[in-house]
Amino acid sequence: MVEEKQIWKALEEVMDPEIPTISMVDLGIITQVQVNQTDNTASVTLIPTFSGCPALRVMEDMVREKVLSLGIQKVDVSTNFDTAWTTDRITEKGRKALLQHGLAPPPEHTGGLIELSVLSDVACPYCQSKNTRLTTPFGPTLCRSMHYCDNCLQAFEQFKPVG
Amino acid sequence: MNEKYAQAVKELLYKMADDLLILGHRNSEWTGIGPMLEEDISFSSMAQDKIGQSLALYQLLNNLGEAEPDTVAFTRNQQQFHNCQLVEYPIGEYDFSLMRHFLFDNAELLRYDMMMDSSYEPLAKLARKFKGELKYHKFHGDTFVMQLGKGTAESKKRMQDSLNFCWNLALGIFEESPYESTLINEAIWKGEAALKLRWLEAIEPILAEAGLTIPDSNTWKPVYGGRVGKHTENLQPLLEEMTEVFRVDPGAEW
Repeated sequence: MVEEKQIWKALEEVMDPEIPTISMVDLGIITQVQVNQTDNTASVTLIPTFSGCPALRVMEDMVREKVLSLGIQKVDVSTNFDTAWTTDRITEKGRKALLQHGLAPPPEHTGGLIELSVLSDVACPYCQSKNTRLTTPFGPTLCRSMHYCDNCLQAFEQFKPVG
Repeated sequence: MNEKYAQAVKELLYKMADDLLILGHRNSEWTGIGPMLEEDISFSSMAQDKIGQSLALYQLLNNLGEAEPDTVAFTRNQQQFHNCQLVEYPIGEYDFSLMRHFLFDNAELLRYDMMMDSSYEPLAKLARKFKGELKYHKFHGDTFVMQLGKGTAESKKRMQDSLNFCWNLALGIFEESPYESTLINEAIWKGEAALKLRWLEAIEPILAEAGLTIPDSNTWKPVYGGRVGKHTENLQPLLEEMTEVFRVDPGAEW
């Protein structure tokens, strides 16, 4: 008998295809896991980080594959907008995982009040200096902005705040 | 949901989705040819956001009984598109694309801000999501309009010329719907006239600081028609290009 908490646990091993150090659970994009014990089926609900995120379908497939590997007969993976994803949903473990990938984590606990001034107040993920500046709010993926550190003279990216 | 409410919501969703799809495709034409790498990436990213947002809106329409998003996006002819004419113009020179983006996205951010408490709950949810994304579009547009307005004599002249060219087209964003009173009375949102006022309040100080002058209000002639399917010669060629691959094999599984 597969239980919901086993699925949550297993999904901690399903990594974001674009940032392979962070799991989908730590990214905060999984909002619901339900198991129907009678017919051994499950449903998982995802929310997109960005409406235009091209990795969404791939992530749905990865989740489906993982849940089926636990012995679930059939799993319904769907994406909706019922909960708006914000960077506040990233867990503490997730923030460390972003740093591990060389990305500055977003500011914490914005409560949805994100002023764009926070974009220029970012600690460099390499030397921790705050002597940095925003070069562009758009980066190699929708969820990243590009910055430059005037202390260690290194370009870096931030997982940009969304709320 | 009664029939009148549903009609009003559908008309609203179509025009918003079509604006996003068409401007998204136009923005994507900068991919690979932006004036500098960061701008290439910015316009490409905004294109991706807008096309993703249009998909979410077409999905709502699908939930209300309209055709599948791909069918709606790729099989209608130009008379069936409800985008404002501003978004269908070719990208032109960078100053035009930038000014169009500045004028459009300032309106867009406010539009979704006004829809966050819509009585149509699925739209309110999308509005909350889109708003977080659109903040970056506004931030980008404001930053560059300011920099180029205050830049060289040439950059300032180019921005002013583009503002003059875009102005009446931008006023066309706010063409009212035949369902405007239903939209307002049913608290779906406060309507185009209210949005236009907020938009003017938002952009006036930015343009003033950039040293750019909004055309004299006595000369304003909003370009309407887009919302009822009247388009310039620029839309059909774009639709043909957008749908070229789709039309090769409309039933293909990707």
